[in-house]
Amino acid sequence: MITAAIRVEQVFKRFGTVQALNGVDLTIQPGEFFGLLGPNGAGKTTLISSIGGLSRPDAGRIEIMGCDVQANYRAARRQLGVVPQELVFDPFFSVRETLEIQAGYYGIDPSRARQAWIDEILESLDLTSKADANMRSLSGGMKRRVLVAQALVHRPPVIVLDEPTAGVDVELRQTLWQFVRRLNQEGHTIVLTTHYLEEAENLCGRIAMLKAGRIVALDTTRNLLSHFSSHSLRLHTQGDQPAQFGMTKEDVEGWWRFSFAQFDEIEPLLARIRTAGCVINELEIGKPDLESVFVRVMQDRACA
Amino acid sequence: MNDLPMRPSRGFLTLLYKELLRFWKVSAQTIAAPVLTALLYLVIFSHVLSTHTKIHGVPYTAFLIPGLVMMSVLQNAFANTSSSLIQSKITGNLVFVLLPPISHNEFFSAYVLAAVARGFTVGAGVLLATIWFGSLNYAAPLWIGVFAILGGAIMATLGMLAGIWAEKYDQLAAFQNFLIMPLTFLSGVFYSIASLPSFWQSISRWNPVFYMIDGFRYGFFGVSDISPWHSLWVGLLSFTILAALTLHSLRRGYKLRD
Repeated sequence: MITAAIRVEQVFKRFGTVQALNGVDLTIQPGEFFGLLGPNGAGKTTLISSIGGLSRPDAGRIEIMGCDVQANYRAARRQLGVVPQELVFDPFFSVRETLEIQAGYYGIDPSRARQAWIDEILESLDLTSKADANMRSLSGGMKRRVLVAQALVHRPPVIVLDEPTAGVDVELRQTLWQFVRRLNQEGHTIVLTTHYLEEAENLCGRIAMLKAGRIVALDTTRNLLSHFSSHSLRLHTQGDQPAQFGMTKEDVEGWWRFSFAQFDEIEPLLARIRTAGCVINELEIGKPDLESVFVRVMQDRACA
Repeated sequence: MNDLPMRPSRGFLTLLYKELLRFWKVSAQTIAAPVLTALLYLVIFSHVLSTHTKIHGVPYTAFLIPGLVMMSVLQNAFANTSSSLIQSKITGNLVFVLLPPISHNEFFSAYVLAAVARGFTVGAGVLLATIWFGSLNYAAPLWIGVFAILGGAIMATLGMLAGIWAEKYDQLAAFQNFLIMPLTFLSGVFYSIASLPSFWQSISRWNPVFYMIDGFRYGFFGVSDISPWHSLWVGLLSFTILAALTLHSLRRGYKLRD
């Protein structure tokens, strides 16, 4: 039996009157690129904090590569790299010092191998020119890169990125995803939380959606898209005839939407609209996307 | 995947190194400034009182020097742990220490040792700066070292507790102003408690800092208000209680891990 990269069993966590985690069960296999999605306050960061040992669950059990995060915390933490959501840094040190210190915290002795790995991370995240700059002097995007580098400095098999691209420019996003994809291809397990659903859709093989501390959807990205979402046909027309054929009026004047599962539904619909004398000015076909899945799952589980 | 050379003690050594580097990088503020403050105390007090007072047969200026050295050791050991922790908590960079596999004992030892080192450095600086103003005997040098280490460790541990407990800078300032300052100033830095009325003498005997300064001064002059052995036991007991409290807080993650 393969040891799970992360196993979360019946985890509960309450802060005052707020039940942040309400019986979360989750297993992430080694090598997965896993997405953890949910609205603000859904419990994503609490779950990540519990996995990283920053938060102590009231009940339940969490293992990383088979090591219990409480009972065997040393072994568990060696297997895990976490990129925190907040843009935090130590203002006393340069980028290289920050990485060397972080490697030391994980027990890694100074050596040529450590130096080479730090150089490689700096290079991959386009930080080489800033290696000797003080953390205080870096831009927000550069600080975010250093946070990613810190999480990788001990080469953990499991990497958790808590909204790593929040407020960063396109260039960094591309550099970051290129690097993270490479790590995943090399065998690292990646867990990602993000509000950019397009990123999650492109990157993650499997996705869990959290709402009010519970997992309300958990499946492969492909299955989620096919089960919860459909293609859409959008038309800009003169006249209100599309309403007769089951199309929904959009907020923007003249636009109508129709959702469909099979492409052969389109032709008969367009024929009926033309026959009714309606002039079509513009036509768009939209693919299923994670955003519509997310909205639907959150609405469906509104009372969850 | 992780093929980098590892050593279990490296986490502790790195945290100790980082804490040492942290105060060394701002040494004008963490070392030079307290040395100057102590020097000013000496110049002012010795100028006013040296011609009038002898304590335990020792000229006042000479009597004052060990007190100022020890006060600097104590205050700076407290400042190092407390300010490091509160800064890391408020800026959020404490996660860099909480995420790695560093045990509670290693965490505690690294912070306390670094704070004792800062106390020692400032104390040595104060001694070097003030030694020219009075004649010191170094009657029992071992006691000097023992009380400097023990006093520094007690205050470093108290600083850790304060840093763990405080959530804002003003809470830490309150701790410093209403507890640490009275404990150090009412501990015989500037006087012998034998010169106090009996009520205040009794109060002073409840202050562990008094024993540390009295024992430290014994190392210089061979005379003290209390036996250095008695002071040693009070110091060890105080350290044990504070260390147990701090380690318990770290183990529970009190105000550090939600």
